Order: sequence, then C-alpha cells, then structure tokens
Amino acid sequence: MELTLWTYEGPPHVGAMRIASSMKDIHYVLHAPQGDTYADLLFTMIERRGQRPPVTYTTFQARDLGGDTAELVKKNIKEAVERFKPKTLLVGESCTAELIQDQPGALAKGMGFDMPIVNLELPAYSKKENWGASETFYQLTRTLLKEKVSSSDKINPLRWRELGRRPKVNILGPSLLGFRCRDDVIEIQRILSEQGIDTNVVAPLGASPDDIERLIDAEINICLYQEIAEASCDWLKRNFGMEYTNTIPIGIKNTIEFINEVHEKLDLPLTNKEELENKSKLPWYSKSVDSNYLTGKRVFIFGDGTHAIAAAKIAKEELGFEVVGLGTYSREMARQVRATAKDLNVEALITNNYLEVEDAMIKAAPELVLGTQMERHSAKRLGIPCSVISTPMHVQDVPARYSPQMGWEGANVIFDDWVHPLMMGLEEHLIDMFKHDFEFVDGHQSHLGHTATNTNNILNSEEKKGKNSKEGIIWTESGKAELTKVPFFVRGKVKTNTEKYAISRGIPEISDETLYDAKAYFS
Amino acid sequence: MSKVEFNKETGPREVFCGLTSIVWLHRRMPDAFFLVVGSRTCAHLIQSAAGVMIFAEPRFGTAILEEKDLAGLADAHEELDRVVNDLIARRPEIKTLFLVGSCPSEVIKLDLATVAEKLNKRFLGQVRFVNYSGSGIETTFTQGEDGALKALIPLMESSNEEKLLLVGTLANNVEDRFKKIFRNLGISNIESFPPRQSTELPKIGKNTKVLLTQPYLSDTVRDLKHRGCEIISAPFPLGIEGSTKWFLAAAKAFKISELKVHEIISPLINRAKLALDSHKEILKGKRLFLLPESQLEISLARFLHNECEMDLIEVGTPYLNKDLMKEEINLLPDNTKIVEGQHVEKQLDRVRESNPDLVVCGMGLANPLEAEGISTKWSIEMVFSPIHGIDQAADLAGLFSKPLKRNQILTSKTLVTH
Repeated sequence: MELTLWTYEGPPHVGAMRIASSMKDIHYVLHAPQGDTYADLLFTMIERRGQRPPVTYTTFQARDLGGDTAELVKKNIKEAVERFKPKTLLVGESCTAELIQDQPGALAKGMGFDMPIVNLELPAYSKKENWGASETFYQLTRTLLKEKVSSSDKINPLRWRELGRRPKVNILGPSLLGFRCRDDVIEIQRILSEQGIDTNVVAPLGASPDDIERLIDAEINICLYQEIAEASCDWLKRNFGMEYTNTIPIGIKNTIEFINEVHEKLDLPLTNKEELENKSKLPWYSKSVDSNYLTGKRVFIFGDGTHAIAAAKIAKEELGFEVVGLGTYSREMARQVRATAKDLNVEALITNNYLEVEDAMIKAAPELVLGTQMERHSAKRLGIPCSVISTPMHVQDVPARYSPQMGWEGANVIFDDWVHPLMMGLEEHLIDMFKHDFEFVDGHQSHLGHTATNTNNILNSEEKKGKNSKEGIIWTESGKAELTKVPFFVRGKVKTNTEKYAISRGIPEISDETLYDAKAYFS
Repeated sequence: MSKVEFNKETGPREVFCGLTSIVWLHRRMPDAFFLVVGSRTCAHLIQSAAGVMIFAEPRFGTAILEEKDLAGLADAHEELDRVVNDLIARRPEIKTLFLVGSCPSEVIKLDLATVAEKLNKRFLGQVRFVNYSGSGIETTFTQGEDGALKALIPLMESSNEEKLLLVGTLANNVEDRFKKIFRNLGISNIESFPPRQSTELPKIGKNTKVLLTQPYLSDTVRDLKHRGCEIISAPFPLGIEGSTKWFLAAAKAFKISELKVHEIISPLINRAKLALDSHKEILKGKRLFLLPESQLEISLARFLHNECEMDLIEVGTPYLNKDLMKEEINLLPDNTKIVEGQHVEKQLDRVRESNPDLVVCGMGLANPLEAEGISTKWSIEMVFSPIHGIDQAADLAGLFSKPLKRNQILTSKTLVTH
C-alpha cells in the first residue's frame, strides 16, 4: 500500500484511453464503474477536445455484482459496436473490474464480430498510465499486423531506391495528453520533408486501424516518444526488420543528431549539414551577450524520461546552465536517466512521490526548475522560477499557439520558455546595483511577479521539517544582515552551508565574518 | 403532487462517484483528513476533479492498493495500519480521519469499520477514525457527503435542547447569512452539520429540528430520525421561492408566525427580484436540458422554470428519493419529464433531437456539446459556488445566463471548433 497525495501518472487504462482517443475508427469498451468516467474530462478539459473519448463504460453497480456482470459487459459491447461501428474494438477493464474477473476481452471475442478485437490486460495494481498506453499501442499494432508477419520479407531500409521514390518513415508515439505532441509532429514532418523524406503514417495521433496496417509501407520508424512507442517499434523491428531511431530531437544537438541518424539508417546523403546549425535562433540567442548571465544558472529537472533527459542535455550544453538535480517518475526509463545524471555528476531521483521531489529541490537550491505541473506548484511555493517541460500538465500547458518542443522551432520555444521566467541579463545587473536602495524591495523582479516575495519559504519550509535550525547555532545581527544581502535564490544554500561550516569548526555564533569564511571554504 | 412524468433509465453513465465530494468536504472541515483506500484510479479521479494541485499538502490522500495487498486481506489491514501511522506522524494536526472505501476496497471486502475501531482505541484522545464508502458501485458524486455525515452521527452526543440544525455543506458566507436571518426570526439556537471543525459536532435529540440545505442526504436523514430528530419538510433553499418556503417551514416548526417571516425577508426578496431581472431577460423562454450529476437537478429545474421562466425539456437525476424531493416535485410545472438514472448515449440522442438552448452536464460532456453548438453549464460548479439563499438567487441565475450571454457575444456558429 502506497500513500499518495498527488500522482504523476494515472492508472494504465487511462493510457489505453489516450491511444483510443488519439485514433480514428476505434472504440474502447471499458468494464468499469461509473466513477471511472472522470477520465473523459482529462481530454475534454485539459486538451479542450470537442469530442468525447470513444469509450463506453459498462457502469456496473454493487447490485450487479451478485448477478451476471458478464451479461452486462456483452450488452454494452453489442450496443457500442452497433452505435459506433468501429473498425477495431478495444476491450479491457479498470482496477475494480480486474478484481471480478469477467474476462471482457474473451467475452467480446466470443460474440462473433468480424472486426479485429484487441483484448487489453492492463494490471491496474502494478502498472501505470504510460505503460498502459505503450502496451495498448503495441497490442493494437500486433493484432492488426500479425497476419502479415510470415508473408512479408524483412524490410530493407534502402528499398526506396529500387522503388524509385523518396524514402518513407512512420512517426510513432505522439498521443493526446502527451506534452506538445500535436506541434512536435508538425515540426518533425517539416524537417523530414525538407530533407526529402516522406511521412507514411503518424500514429497513434490521428491514425485509423487502416493506417496501422500500412505501417510496413515505410522503410523505418521514428520513435518519437519512447514511453509510448518503443515496445511497438521493437516488435516491428523483430518481425519486419524495420529499423527505428533512438535520438529524441529535442534541442539543437539532438535534432542534428536525429537528422544524421535518419539519414544513416536510410543511407540517404545529408547535403545541408552546414545549414542545420542556423535553422534555430537558440544557438545565437544563447551566444548573444545578454545571455552571459545564464552561465552556471542552477537548474533542477524532473519529468517523464524523454523530456527530462533532453532538458538536461540542452541545459548543460546549449544554455550553459549547471544541472543540480535530475529525476523522473518514469521507472521504465530509470536506467537512461541514471546514465544521464551520472554524466552530469548528480544523483538521479527516481520517484513517484512529489514530496520527495520537493525535498530534493529545496536541497539543490536551484535558480530555475524545469518540471511538471507538480514541480510548478512546489517551485511557486518556494519562490523559484519554473517552466513546465513534461506531463502531467494543466490546461495552460496546451497553448493555442504553435509551440513544439522538438526540432528547430522547439528549440526557439524552449529558449523563450526557460529563460523568460528568469530575470533578464541587464535586469539582473541593475537589481544587483540598486539592491541597497531604499526603494528596493526584496523579490522585486518583473518576471517573477509576486511569487518571489516569499523567498523566506526556502528557510521556513526547511525549518518546519526540523532539518535546519542546527542546535546551538546562533546568527548574530551582523550575520543575519549579511545573509539578507545574499541573492534570494541561493540564500537557502548559503545558510545551510554556513551552519554546516560553523558546526564542523565548533563556532557557536555566526557573524558576517563566519559567513565569508564559509563562503571561501566551500568555493 | 403535480402531474410529473417519471422515467427510469439504465445503461452506461457519465457521473462522478462519491469520492468526489471529498473535494468540498475537506474544505469545510480543515481539521479532518480523508484517506481513500483504493486504487491509482481513485487518486487520479480526486486529483482531476479537484482541478489538480491547488493545495501544497492536501487534506486528502489515497492509500493505493498494490498487488500484494490483494493477495491477503490480513496483510492489507496491516499495511493500512502502517500508512495511517505514517500519515498521523506527518500530520499531527489531524483531528478526525475519514477512512473512505472505494470500488476496489468494497469488492475485496476490506473491513474499514474494524480497522477504524482498532485505530480509535490506539489513538484515543488524539485522532478519531470514522469510515464510509464513496465507491462508485454504491454512490454517485454528492452521495459521498451523505456517507461522510452518516458516519459522524454515532459520534454526536445526545441533548434534548431545542435547536435548529442545518444539515448539508454550505459555503461559510451563506451559512452566516442564514444564521443571521434565523436569529432575526427569533431562532437563536442554530447549529450546522457538518460543522466547521470536525471535533465540534452538534448534540442532537428529540428537540432537534433538522432543516436540510442539500437534497442528497437520504441516509443521513434516516439516521437523524432514528436519533429522535424532527425533519422539517421543505423545498431546498435555492432561489427566492425555495428559500422563502424553506424559511417558512423552519419558522412553522418553531411556531413563529408567517407574518414575522415575511416582515424579515420581504426586503431581501425585493432586492433579489431586482437583481434577478437582468438574468431572467436572457433565460426567459430558453429551453433547458439537465443531465444527471449533482442531484441538485430537480431544485435547479424548479428555480429556472418558476423564477427564470425557462422551459424544461428533461430533468435528469442520478437517483430519486421521492420522499425527500416531495416538496420540490410539487412545485414543478405539470408534465415535467424526470428521468432517473442514465443511458448516456440515448440521453445525448435526446439532447440533440430536442435542440436545447442550454444543457447542464458534467465536465466530460461540456466541450463536446459546445463543439456541436450547444451551450452548456458544468454541474460541478453548483457544488463549489455559494448558490443557496435569497441573496444568492441572482448569482445562481447568473451561472446559467452567462454561457448564453457568451454564446450571443461570440455567435458560436461562426467559430471553428475541434
């Protein structure tokens, strides 16, 4: 049993809903009680979808449990098929139905429909949303393509030459309730098309079962979000020999590496290598003098595996930040996140508990947080600027404007979204110059609004948990005065370090001089 | 009783479960904590319904059942013990802990009553434990509050003191207004249930006169009756008409003359009517379809027809307690079509066929209907907004006139929707 206050991921059947809702001509009959219908609002409210998810909930009640819930399942399947006429039917159960073991998938298969039926078994008590989405997409792909396995030769990625046409690829992984998927797809298609590469199918977003059956018309697969598509890409590789890409094109370096990888896999010569660096404004914006102040900004990163790893690379190599924390809630990608963290000399945080993330954030004393909706709230409480880079997200993270994370435009969006919450370079200098002016109010930064005024939260929240206030240590007036002159975003760290130093030296009182001694000691 | 048409429907539903009511109950009683014993779905539901993360450390949480908890119930009880211990160590300010059953905990027959009993002994004098079910196989949306209140009744001491007991969660400002009006009427001993602090439960007995503020408290009413309380029969205090009759019923129970009531509330009524006029102008003659969700549908239909002159196409309700709703149903116009239960697909077919001007529905359905060109109002807003009483009648009407007004401004037919 795990105590959860807020959860990063929903249950696995919500992952299945993401696949079903992303696609056309699919219907999902979910054996579930009425309360589970809440999941519809994730799509209609957060994504502002104008269509209901294609889901029928069997809505069994306590009084049905003594009777024949299996009949109820069959009735709902029959009605759903008659009403929605799907080309493929998904059948599964949510957590409660899993316990009563009606086997809805098997029931559906015995009803004599001629459409393909995918029986989804998503263990609700051990797995979570992204796993459910991945498994659903995989089962769907497998069901629709398994008959073609033996009859098909392995796909040669170079066959486009013999066929006398441009190479074709599939873009796999984008789904509803993913982070900026809609715009990433447009950006990646644009990049590929510029390189003379056609998109065969985008799936699951916008695809129909017919499209899934045509996946094998492409030479290779672009695995855009590993959380959702890697299992399917892997199956397509094993059974049809289709190669797939490993590079996630977020950030300039990764986008260029991605383009290289696609060209290598297709044996297509890359003719515009020199141009690529100039496709996005990020490299120049990052180099321009105002960005000098970004050097060494302490950044804390937490999100799904794909976005957290990409963010760490951009932060360090493209913006010159210092990554002081990196973590993910995607246990499936823990290994990769750990590897990235190791390269950055930080310890990876793999957890599903947002309070642990908040604690790690406090300890790391970052100047910028890149996280999910949860970290936005934590950062807000701590008065630290934050940008959201990953799901779970809020309605405001589904913007009306084009704002991908991937490719050239994605890099532009990232530069703006990450840098704007910080003080601009010139502004930082001015604040530093005028901070002893009587009109200066601590936390008076135009880009932080009112949230930064509670900077003492860093200290208070630590004290509340009894992790600070080291016994016997007293701050003298001069020490306190000097501490207030330390920029707010590192004040927590400076306080902790100074106290640590004082204890190690047996100094009972911290004066301004102790503070400088500690500063020298730790630098 | 007016000639109302009653229908029943079964099928797939689009209604929240009783766990959702935790979202307002924990705000009402800030010294209480609601621990759902359920699945990741339960945690995700409350989080989504609560608009995601308004609170740093919310006063509700979920003990998520894992595979090993399903293997043996004894272990599950032990695990729950551990989770509760951790929680109380972390949140020593908790005075009452509600163990809330869910669909999975009900199906595996986790005995929360026994767990609560044991914990009560261990934490005697520090934390009180009560349990109820908010499961979607037994309760819908607002029924969760019914379960929570019913669970508190055994903790209420007996007293034969004469008092007026307002039952059902109200917004604090509305509650204060009501108390002031009742005092002006000459009723001085007034208490609320649930109280603002979970430890300050009212004492009840044969001289307690219960006046319901919400229509979804069937079980609570039954148990209060068993404790000897007198239940005052009245419509619910929504709109001018409902609130007036509600005050009158209370006054009658306390032998206060009708004249006195009118004397006190007439100025409020005049003021409210004035405020209501601008909304009525928009709502008048518009056709309304209410889908079942909050259980307030019948009272809202009565208000929107009688005071705002809307036409009622269909009034859905998750379930119907004819006894509790008697006074409301009497006020409905003849031939009102009430549909208890739901087959969401068939009901949406009827929505489309009847071409309504406004549909009251849940959040899962609102945008899809808007995309079809049908104006909507989310029913969840009714349980979060102060809508009770004469002073709030115009605000209540405003919840319905706003989407229509907006629709006019934007001339929705020209907007592309997705």
